[in-house]
Amino acid sequence: MNKKLIFATLAALLFAIPVTTWAQDNTVIIKLVGSQKPVMAVPDLRGSGTTQNFMGAFNDTLFGDLQNSGLFTMAPKGMYPLQVPQRPEDFRQPARPGESMGGLALADWASPPVSANFLATGYTAEQNGQIVLYGWLFDVGQPNLANAQILGKRYFGSGDEAGARSVAHQFAADILAHWGGISLYGTKIYFVSNRTGHKEIWSMDPDGSNQKQLTSFKSISIMPAISPDGSKLAFTSFASGNPAIFILSTETGRRLPFYNQRASLNATPDFTPDGKQILYASSASGYAQIYVANLDGSNLRRISSSRAIEVEPKVNPKTGNDIVFVSGRTGPQQIFRMNFDGTGVERLTNGEGEASNPSWNPNGEVMAFAWTRGFATGNFNIFLMDVASRDFNQLTHSEGRNENPSWAPDGRHLVFMSTRSGTHQIYTMLADGTQVHQLTSAGNNQTPVWGKAPNF
Amino acid sequence: MLLKRNWSVIWIAIALVVFAAGCKKKAAPPPPPPPPPKQEAAPPPPAAPDISEFSAEPSTIERGQSSTLRWTVTNANQITIDNGVGSVQASGSRSVYPNETTTYTLRAAGPGGALSKSATVTVTAPPPPPPPPAKPNLTERISALQDAYFDYDKSDIRDDARATLTKDADLLKAIFQDFPDAVITIEGHCDERGSAEYNLGLGDRRSTSAKDFLVQLGVAGDKLKTISYGKERPVCTESTEDCWQRCRHVHFSAGQ
Repeated sequence: MNKKLIFATLAALLFAIPVTTWAQDNTVIIKLVGSQKPVMAVPDLRGSGTTQNFMGAFNDTLFGDLQNSGLFTMAPKGMYPLQVPQRPEDFRQPARPGESMGGLALADWASPPVSANFLATGYTAEQNGQIVLYGWLFDVGQPNLANAQILGKRYFGSGDEAGARSVAHQFAADILAHWGGISLYGTKIYFVSNRTGHKEIWSMDPDGSNQKQLTSFKSISIMPAISPDGSKLAFTSFASGNPAIFILSTETGRRLPFYNQRASLNATPDFTPDGKQILYASSASGYAQIYVANLDGSNLRRISSSRAIEVEPKVNPKTGNDIVFVSGRTGPQQIFRMNFDGTGVERLTNGEGEASNPSWNPNGEVMAFAWTRGFATGNFNIFLMDVASRDFNQLTHSEGRNENPSWAPDGRHLVFMSTRSGTHQIYTMLADGTQVHQLTSAGNNQTPVWGKAPNF
Repeated sequence: MLLKRNWSVIWIAIALVVFAAGCKKKAAPPPPPPPPPKQEAAPPPPAAPDISEFSAEPSTIERGQSSTLRWTVTNANQITIDNGVGSVQASGSRSVYPNETTTYTLRAAGPGGALSKSATVTVTAPPPPPPPPAKPNLTERISALQDAYFDYDKSDIRDDARATLTKDADLLKAIFQDFPDAVITIEGHCDERGSAEYNLGLGDRRSTSAKDFLVQLGVAGDKLKTISYGKERPVCTESTEDCWQRCRHVHFSAGQ
């Protein structure tokens, strides 16, 4: 709480904007991204023998993972000393404090122009047809090597470019973990694409690579959700006539049984945090209302009870007891919260415009959502809200429609759909709205959801 | 009378023999003529033919039907009717099937002269046959049903939609009468502005509202299905008020 206050004051001073509005908004971001980032130096590593052929891919991957994490300020490579220590033995202690060793002293990296706090370094070699990475992380502010070494580890990968990328991802993951960060390596983004002529469910890696078609119903298959362990995909499909819920195993690609209750509409499924139940919207009783059922659709019960359209239930990943959902019970669609038994309904958005697409941050405190507040009807932008205080913050500004934000498992990144390029495409960004990357370009792509990859 | 005729025949015969003899031989001078027989009254001239009846009954027919010609003729030894009927007896009847209005002329000729009389059969076109039994097309019947339109974020039936759906109700009842097994789907659609998820729910409300209204007007509810396409199948994609209005509708299609 204290920390939050300090950050809020800091932000207010920095931007010299009245504390009451801006600071309140920004706390939502500071909680997720932080304000003081350590400065990280990551020189290009070299490989011995044939592994040198893959070091371009390796260095891009390592630098990208660390930069895209948003945890660090990356020291620009152009400022680095000429000599790079590749292992602990390479370091030299300067005879006099302040004397430059051309890169071989810890202080060479801590002092200007690099001014880094940390140095990630190492090298690769070929071993029995595999690539092996020796990776180290040093706190260059320390007076001696013994205190400076944070991480020293070997990583193995296949003897090709994919193996080089893999060891880079692993090394980056260990570095991120030191700051409590979660690597996005091993996560998948599931989304809807019409590039085949029909809306089908696709998957891709967090950097947009490896795009794969998962369904081929040649119908309308939309609104995917991924189970917490990444093993099951739920979505809404017209493949059997009326919109109904389909479950797919991400491991085998096969359909799993799900009992769709008799209704003109069963849609917008999501998994509970324990992965054992599915919440969805059904028109079984008239208006679309929120229901919960077992993974196979059995034991279903109605949760919400209103004469209004209610869709998109999302269970709080921390408590397992809060449900945020979209409802028209007070007029234009807004985001509401309720207990798992349907009691304690309260509106979270203030009634302005239209709000949709709530997505819980893994911390269970912040939700991302789409809101037309301040814009014409239909002109959605991505917002964050601290659900307890209802402080909110706008992340996208006047760049087409921006909808369907979904949190990465690291709780620091968002994937979303934007029409800023003229077509519907998928982008990622950091929770403060920076580091926007476009991931798709073929056809129209929408409703992304970010989760674990199966078997990872 | 008989005797008298016999005499005249004899006289004629004699005359002919004499004449023939005279032609043949110009030999001996002819004997003096015999005294003329005693002349009594000259035989009466033959009677003139008479057509006492020539009629067509009925005189007006529809094409393809028949009319009967009837006639009675006396004092004639040669009786014909034209237009393909040909020679006939002195009295009789004949059915004719003229394709168009025809005037039949009966001509009677005998020793006493010739005579003709006409009868006309007027032929009218029959009314056209009924169209062949309808081979009606369900798809065409369904496509005649009009879409009903909605306000933004609303599923209430507006006044214009009320009028449209009232007409649709009559058409639907007729369709279900002609096609007792037909099932018709009411599709609910939305414009692009709200979220795709919420619009699935909104399209569902629109199709249900339209169905409820039609059922109130007596359309069989068990023959009407509803489906929401939300904003997944827009009829147009421009971001204009006109296009948005066209997208906010219910549409009828053949049921699955």
